[in-house]
Amino acid sequence: MSVADFAFYLFALTTVVGGFFTVMARNPVHSVLWLITAFVGATGLFVLLGAEFVAMLLMIVYVGAVAVLFLFVVMMLDVDFAELKAEMAKSLPLALLIGVILLMELATIFGTWQFADGADAARAAVTPALDVAHNTQALGQILYTDYILLFQLAGLILLVAMIGAIVLTLRHRTNVKRQNVIAQMHRDPAKAMEVIDVKPGQGL
Amino acid sequence: MVGLEHYLAVGAALFVIGIFGLFLNRKNVIILLMSIELMLLAVNINLVAFSSYLGDLAGQVFTLFVLTVAAAEAAIGLAILVSFFRNRGTIDVEDVNVMKG
Repeated sequence: MSVADFAFYLFALTTVVGGFFTVMARNPVHSVLWLITAFVGATGLFVLLGAEFVAMLLMIVYVGAVAVLFLFVVMMLDVDFAELKAEMAKSLPLALLIGVILLMELATIFGTWQFADGADAARAAVTPALDVAHNTQALGQILYTDYILLFQLAGLILLVAMIGAIVLTLRHRTNVKRQNVIAQMHRDPAKAMEVIDVKPGQGL
Repeated sequence: MVGLEHYLAVGAALFVIGIFGLFLNRKNVIILLMSIELMLLAVNINLVAFSSYLGDLAGQVFTLFVLTVAAAEAAIGLAILVSFFRNRGTIDVEDVNVMKG
């Protein structure tokens, strides 16, 4: 077995085991950590496939942003997860049934499919040879030319998601004292302070 | 020798695990969202594997867009979850019946 084969089996095992324990873990924090394991395994697979840019993107976007977001939410919400987990045993048979059926359906495809005759001719963006352009360069060359509209739309989707998330979670609490900058700036020393001459032996 | 089918097998296994997780954790929305992320990851593995073995970069470009949508979906989903938890004090999916839909 060559080093590349060994690396493939290592990363594949990491990905699948990580995914399995993500859905099986009792503690949601452990689930998130297993999810990160699965993403790291998938990153390794992508590097083996020669898609370095997507691999690094997966690392940055998923491990760096999405997984941390999940971790924040899991730790922020005060949920009794033991109660939710108690339901797991009840839904296990149905989940197993559906999983096994789907797995068998997918397994029937293996070994029987083949590329269509016109598959090579139908390629939308043929990968340039490695000495012409490496992965990131080649991706950039088609992303900013042929796929510019989709690229801009992806940015728009992220903008909408950001605004949506802010609108959904922002709330203004009542009965909370906040700093009022305008009022502070317009304070007049002459009106803000009053000197009272207190006579000896008397109160106010 | 590792071929295309090996990668497709990993993708299929991950996708089935995602579906399995959806049905297993029907009460816990956080795990549901993570299962969806796993399924999208399986799709990405398939896309990149085909892209690599067919020599077509369009698959990797599409992976980028799947990644974008996955990130946006996670952000919006978790935001809805947080505001739902504030209002109802639970994240049980079966309690999401305010609109009686």
